[in-house]
Amino acid sequence: MSKEEKKVNRRDFLFTASYTVGAVGLGAVVWPLVHQMNPDKAQKALATTEVDISNIEPGKSITVLWRGKPVFLKRRTQEEIAEARSVSLNDLPDPQKDEERVKNGKDEWLVMLGVCTHLGCVPLKDKGDYKGWFCPCHGSHYDLSGRIRKGPAPKNMEIPKYEFVDSNTIKIG
Amino acid sequence: MKKFNLKKLTFLVFIMIVFINPLYSAESSDLLKIKWSFKGLTGKFDRASLQRGFQVYKEVCSSCHSMQYLSYRNLGEAGGPEFSTEEVKAIAASVEIEDGPDSQGEMFTRPGRPSDKFKSPYPNVNASIAANGGAYPPDMSVLVKARPGGADYIYSVLMGYNETPAGMSLDDGVYYNKYMVGNKIKMAAPLSDGIVEYTDGSEPTVDQMAKDVTTFLTWAAEPELEERHKMGIKVIIYLILLSILVYFSMKKIWSRVDPKV
Amino acid sequence: MSDHEYTPKSKAGKWFNDRLPLLTLSAHLSDYPTPKNLNYWWTFGGILTFCLLTQIITGVVLAMHYVAQADLAFASVEHIMRDVNYGWLIRYIHSNGASMFFLAVYIHIFRSLFYGSYKSPREIIWITGLIIYLLMMATAFMGYVLPWGQMSFWGATVITNLFSAIPLVGESITTWLWGAYSVDNPTLNRFFSLHYLLPFLILGLVILHIWALHVPGNNNPVGIEIKKPSKDTVPFHPYITVKDAFALLMFMVIFAGFVFFSPNVLGHSDNYIPANPLVTPSHIVPEWYLLPFYAILRSVPDKLGGVILMFGAIFILFVLPWLDTSKVRSAVFRPIYRQFYWIFVINVLMLGYMGAMPAEGTYLILARVGTIYYFLHFIVVLPVVGLLEKTDPVPTSISEPVLSSGSAPSLAKKDNEKI
Repeated sequence: MSKEEKKVNRRDFLFTASYTVGAVGLGAVVWPLVHQMNPDKAQKALATTEVDISNIEPGKSITVLWRGKPVFLKRRTQEEIAEARSVSLNDLPDPQKDEERVKNGKDEWLVMLGVCTHLGCVPLKDKGDYKGWFCPCHGSHYDLSGRIRKGPAPKNMEIPKYEFVDSNTIKIG
Repeated sequence: MKKFNLKKLTFLVFIMIVFINPLYSAESSDLLKIKWSFKGLTGKFDRASLQRGFQVYKEVCSSCHSMQYLSYRNLGEAGGPEFSTEEVKAIAASVEIEDGPDSQGEMFTRPGRPSDKFKSPYPNVNASIAANGGAYPPDMSVLVKARPGGADYIYSVLMGYNETPAGMSLDDGVYYNKYMVGNKIKMAAPLSDGIVEYTDGSEPTVDQMAKDVTTFLTWAAEPELEERHKMGIKVIIYLILLSILVYFSMKKIWSRVDPKV
Repeated sequence: MSDHEYTPKSKAGKWFNDRLPLLTLSAHLSDYPTPKNLNYWWTFGGILTFCLLTQIITGVVLAMHYVAQADLAFASVEHIMRDVNYGWLIRYIHSNGASMFFLAVYIHIFRSLFYGSYKSPREIIWITGLIIYLLMMATAFMGYVLPWGQMSFWGATVITNLFSAIPLVGESITTWLWGAYSVDNPTLNRFFSLHYLLPFLILGLVILHIWALHVPGNNNPVGIEIKKPSKDTVPFHPYITVKDAFALLMFMVIFAGFVFFSPNVLGHSDNYIPANPLVTPSHIVPEWYLLPFYAILRSVPDKLGGVILMFGAIFILFVLPWLDTSKVRSAVFRPIYRQFYWIFVINVLMLGYMGAMPAEGTYLILARVGTIYYFLHFIVVLPVVGLLEKTDPVPTSISEPVLSSGSAPSLAKKDNEKI
C-alpha cells in the first residue's frame, strides 16, 4: 500500500469512526424521547389489581376497573356451568370450550374483560337471549361463558391474565 | 490573537466563578456541613441509612408532615431504601386509605396498597395549619430542594435547637433554632435520644437520627440521584471520547488548508 | 445564493429538485464560502441552533405530561420527575437547556459587539438577532411560570404588574394579560399556550437571520471584507461543520455537567415551594439571564421610569449599527474601543450581580451607576470613540500577516477606504 493510500485509509477510518460513535450517541438520545411515551411507573403500578371475591354469592357478578377497563367477575351456579358446557362448538361463531375460559378447579369463576369485541361498548349483565350478556350498541348476545352467540361481535369476551392469590382474592394482570 | 483569547477567557471564567458562588450558596457558610455519601459525582445513598431514615420519618415526622408526591412502591424501587416487595406491601397495608365512592355512593377506607400515594396526616392544608398553632408543617416531598443549603440545612435545623440566648424572649409555641432564618421556629425539637428504636439496632442518638432522616428526605426529593450520577459519568466519558475523534478529524480536514492564517 | 448551477446526481433527485429546490439549498449551504480565519467565538451560532432544537424537542415531550392548571401544575411536574420514563432527564435538560441557551446567546452577542458584526451591511442580521433575543426572554419568562412554584408565581406577579405603570390604559392591559384580577389560573393557561408557540416564531426568525447572513457572508476576526469564494474562504462543509461539531461537544460537556451533577444550582430553591398567593418570598429574583435588566428596572424609583429604562436598554441595541461611528469594524484594531468594550462587559456583569441583591444601600447605588453607564456607553462612548479613535492599521487581506502599527504603511488601509 502506498503512503498516499495509507494516509487516505487512516483518514477514512477516523471519519468513519467519528460518524459511527456519533450515531451511537444519537441513538442513545432518541431512546428516552421515545420511551417517555410508554406507560409510566404510576400506570405500571396500577397494571395489576387485587379483587376480594369473598362476598359474591353464586349466580351473582361484580364489575371492577382494571387498566381503565371494566372486568366482569361472575360466580356461576352449577346449573349455569352445566348449561354453558352443553353448547355444541358448531353453534359458536368463535368456538371455545367453557373449560378453556376458566381456571382448573375454579369453574365457578368467570373472569373476563367486560368489553364487547365488536366496537368496545360495555355489555349489560343478565340480559340477552342466552342468559349471559347483551350489548345494546349493536345487539351482540353473549352466553353464560361470555361467548358470542348472535350479533356482529366477532370474538368471545377476552379472558385477561389472572390468578387466585387465595380462595378469597383474585389478582388480575 | 491567542494571547487575547486566553487572558480574557481566564478573566471571564474567574468572574463567573466569583459570581456564581455568592449568588447561589446564600447562607450556607453558616450551616453544619456533613460529608454526605450522596454528594459528589459518584455520590450514592447509604441504603441502611435510608431505611432508618424512613423509620424516623414514619414514627416522628409523618404525624404532622405529609409527603404527598411519594408512593409506597417508591420504597421498593432501585436507588432508594429498596425495601423488599413484602416489606413495601406491609408498610402500605399498615395505613388506612380513603377510597370510593362505592356502589352506594359512600366513601370507605381500605388498607393501603403499594400503588397508593403516602397518606397525609391532615385532609388539607388548612386543617394542617389549624392543628399546628397557625404554622404549616411543610410537605416533605421536595423539602430538601426547597431550602438553600439542602441536606446541610435540614440537618443543621434538626441539630440547631440550642439553649435560647440570654435576652431573647419567645412567644408560646415558638422555639429558638440556631440555623432557622430569623432564629425562630414553631416546631419543638422533634428529635431526642432514643425517641425511635431502630429496627437494625443502631444507636438512636439525635445526631444519628438527624443524619438518617436527612438522607431519607434527600432521596425523597431526588429519587433519581443514583441513576442520574451513573448516567452522567457515562455521558461525559462518551462526549470526551467523541470529542477526541472529532478533534482529530478536524485537524485532518483543516490540514488541507494552508496554515498561514 | 443565486446560482442554480447545482444539478442533482440522481434522476429522482432532479425531478424533486425541479419542483422544490431543497437539494440546491442543501448544496448551497454545504458549499457556502466561509472565511477561513474564524475563531471559536464563531461557533456559537451553530451551538444556538442546537439549543433551540433541544428546547423544542424536550419541550414538546414535556407538554405530553405537564398539566397547565393551577391546582395540578406543580404536581404534574413532580409526576414527570418521578413517574414518567426518563422524565427527570428530559425536565432537567429543558430547565438547564434554557440557561445554556442564554449563556450561548450572550457569548454570541458579545462576539458581535467585539468584532463589529452588527455594522453595515449586516444590520438586519443584527436586528433579527435582537428580535430572537426578545422572544427568547419572553419564552423563558413564561416557561418559568409553568411549574407554579413560589418564584413562578411571584416573578409573574412582579413583571406583569409593570404594565400597570402605562398611563391611562395600564390597569386594563394588566387585567387583560392576567385574564383575572391577579396572576391566576387563566394566566397560567395562556402562558403555556404562548410558551409553546413562541419557539416556532423564533425558529422562523432564525431562518431569516441565517438567510440575511448568507447575503454578505460571515464577518471575521480581522473585520475586513473578503471575496467569497476565494483563497481566503473554505466551503462550510466539512471545514466549518467539523469545527462547529467539536465546539458543540465541548459545550455539551458543560451542559451535561449541569444536568447530571448540579441540575438545580442555576435555579432558585424557592421554586420548589408550591405557589402561595398569601406568602411573598423574601427576595423575588428572576433567573440569572434576566438579572441585568432586573437591576436596571429597580434602579429607577419611579415605576414607569423603570419600565421605560428596562425596555430602553434593549431597544437601544436596535440602533447600535448607527450609533457606532467607527469606520473600522473589528475591535482587534481599535485599541480605545477595546478598553470600553471590556468596561461594558464588566458593567453588565456587575448589573447582573446587583439584580440578585436586594435593591437597597450600596447595591442600589451600584445598580444606578451601572444603569447610567450602560446608556452612556451607547449614547456617548460609541459615537465619540468611533470618530476620534486612532485605529491600528488594518491588513488588506487575511492571508497576510497583521503588522504592528507604523512599520509597513503600504499594508495599512487607506483612511477613506470603506470596509
